[in-house]
Amino acid sequence: MFRKVLRLGLCPGLPTRGLRTRTGGFTLDWDTKVSDFKKKIESILPGKQCEMVYDTSHLPPEQSDVVIIGGGILGLSVAFWLKKLESRRGAMQVLVVEQDHTYSRASSTGPSVGGIWQQFSVPENVQLSLFSINFLRNINEYLAVVDAPPVELRFNPSGCLLLASEKDAATLESNVRMQRQEGAKVCLMSPEQMQNKFPWMNAEGVALASYGLENEGWFDAWSLLQGLRRKVQSMGVFFCQGEVTRFITSSNQMETPTGEQVVLRRINNVHVKMDKSLEYQPVECAVVVNAAGAWSGQIAELAGIGKGLPGTLQGTKLPVEPRKRYVHLWHCPQGPGLETPLVADISGVYFRREGLGSNYLGGCSPTEEEEPDPTNLEVDHDFFQNKVWPHLVQRVPSFKTLKVQSAWAGYYDYNTFDQNGVVGPHPLVVNMYFATGFSGRGLQHAPGIGRAVAEMILEGHFKTIDMSPFLFTRFYLGEKLQEHNIL
Amino acid sequence: MAAPRAFLHLGAREWHGRARGTHSMSGLATPDSNREKKRTLLQFLSDHFHDVQTLREYLLQKQISKVSMENRSYRKIQERYGPYITGAQFILKQGGAVKFQGRDWIRPNDRGHSIAELQKVPVEAVDASGCAINYQGLSNLLPLKELQFLSLQRCPNLDDWCLSRLYLLAGSLQELSLAGCPRISERGLACLHHLQNLRRLDISDLPAVSHPGLTQILVEEMLPHCEVLGVDWAKSLKLGPDDQPPDTSSPLSS
Repeated sequence: MFRKVLRLGLCPGLPTRGLRTRTGGFTLDWDTKVSDFKKKIESILPGKQCEMVYDTSHLPPEQSDVVIIGGGILGLSVAFWLKKLESRRGAMQVLVVEQDHTYSRASSTGPSVGGIWQQFSVPENVQLSLFSINFLRNINEYLAVVDAPPVELRFNPSGCLLLASEKDAATLESNVRMQRQEGAKVCLMSPEQMQNKFPWMNAEGVALASYGLENEGWFDAWSLLQGLRRKVQSMGVFFCQGEVTRFITSSNQMETPTGEQVVLRRINNVHVKMDKSLEYQPVECAVVVNAAGAWSGQIAELAGIGKGLPGTLQGTKLPVEPRKRYVHLWHCPQGPGLETPLVADISGVYFRREGLGSNYLGGCSPTEEEEPDPTNLEVDHDFFQNKVWPHLVQRVPSFKTLKVQSAWAGYYDYNTFDQNGVVGPHPLVVNMYFATGFSGRGLQHAPGIGRAVAEMILEGHFKTIDMSPFLFTRFYLGEKLQEHNIL
Repeated sequence: MAAPRAFLHLGAREWHGRARGTHSMSGLATPDSNREKKRTLLQFLSDHFHDVQTLREYLLQKQISKVSMENRSYRKIQERYGPYITGAQFILKQGGAVKFQGRDWIRPNDRGHSIAELQKVPVEAVDASGCAINYQGLSNLLPLKELQFLSLQRCPNLDDWCLSRLYLLAGSLQELSLAGCPRISERGLACLHHLQNLRRLDISDLPAVSHPGLTQILVEEMLPHCEVLGVDWAKSLKLGPDDQPPDTSSPLSS
């Protein structure tokens, strides 16, 4: 018997050492335990009212390896991949700080119609979409939780149809050639072919169209968000509802090979203020991930990014700001049928079918002059009447009789530099990483972005998808990533 | 040391049974899998013991790998014998039936039949009813450019993603049956508009389709040259729009 125990203990290949107890999440029955503890204290010291112990379950932990600011789809994706790629189970403690657990101001899910497509100009964006579609197809291999129901994305594989006018046709053709090289299943269509396939469409003004035959469509963003959240909670990620108000940093004076003096900074503590309260908790951390969506610019400013002379790397701001976008839902009994794809018109108007009852979702991005005020989420109904509907009727004549049923507004995490995302570390605040600024494409690219950021944190370089063109340094160097056909 | 080993053995037997019953991906669309279940001993053990949770997750992954293995790519056969033999071998391995041009149906139980000699003969009909074919396994069928008849009845792993790949058979496919597939919804049926040569489509007994009558009307509008078999109108008038009568007719011709 003793020899058996000894041999079992000395065996190096044994992955686990017998059965071990696990207390589960630290919030499990915590309130009951605190209450029992107070009762015991009072029974031991009957004359003294004990106020030493109070409930701190709503506070974040005092230490965490990684603090992810923002609990939206991008923050959850980073948390998921950090946990999935960690070397040993439980090796890394991850805290997600979210300001609004109802996601009313979420940048990626709020104003999105749930579309996913591969028809981009930048090859990395095509790779991100292909990674995401593989993630969504095998969603229950990634996000399955034992004893929980499977994630149901309600994916509509109806494809995405991009229309181009005469002046954009050459760009679209070269884009499709690149997309096919990257593995996307996209075909080009002449106006006549498009008319044959979709007879309800007016092909006037269209010189060329590209259509995704496979791996394109739309899905339920909310299901992905909730499935991801449930999975990362089961993986041991902590959640805290609060606001980041301050960073405690340390500085080091460094010299570049060219003799230039730079100040490297490192974030040591994150101050988290509780919701509707003045109470705050410092969290000591090693890595901060800025996934705050439309508010990433403010978070970066708190860390001192952009506080320097203009034209220097220290003075380069994170050019991400909130932009308001509208989504409209309308009903049209004579509208297009079951085969309707996600259509992006030459005028910038887009729409897709919603359900089986002749309902449609759509909208349009305003021009720079028309940008609405982002301080509130009120909907400007004149925008649809004057800017969206005329183009809709021109493209689909049966939309003349449509009736708007509802509309809502949401925020884009708009990158004013080139409308592409920011991924990876800041060159001077060395332990702050970005996953933001995708300007409306954060939802469909979230799985690939999360993996890229997790790989950069854990291994120091990109492995699956090389996102080097998306690093922060391009703002200082002025290298724009041109992405046409922005929806 | 005997007690922990016996305990693990007992638990493993029970978990294997539970894994087959409750963790099947084909139960995605059925209402039973979403019903709130009572807290069982296994859930209690999973919450309190790392090893129990790890073992359950391992069993779940093992089941996923089994489906993936059944749908693996037949690359070596493809290189040596061509796409027709590959597709036929894949279907026969899964328990289906194939029909080459000008020949009778070939089933897995047929003896003395060697399909190696049919290397140049196109496959014109495939019956994959009840097979474990999924998105990955469909890659073995899509190179069959002369396929006219495809039956995918009661395939538990066939979902909307698979239907979006059938456009590669649009040049030849004339008959398609999807009856009884638990994971196909109206979202996948919307992809069938690529199949403009389709003459007959069976979409009966699909529990994941939320409005079967309306969906059939919309599919008929989408494919005007196609005969769509779906809701039995006479029965649905009596049973009500939500009841699904069992489909007794079979499109198999032989």
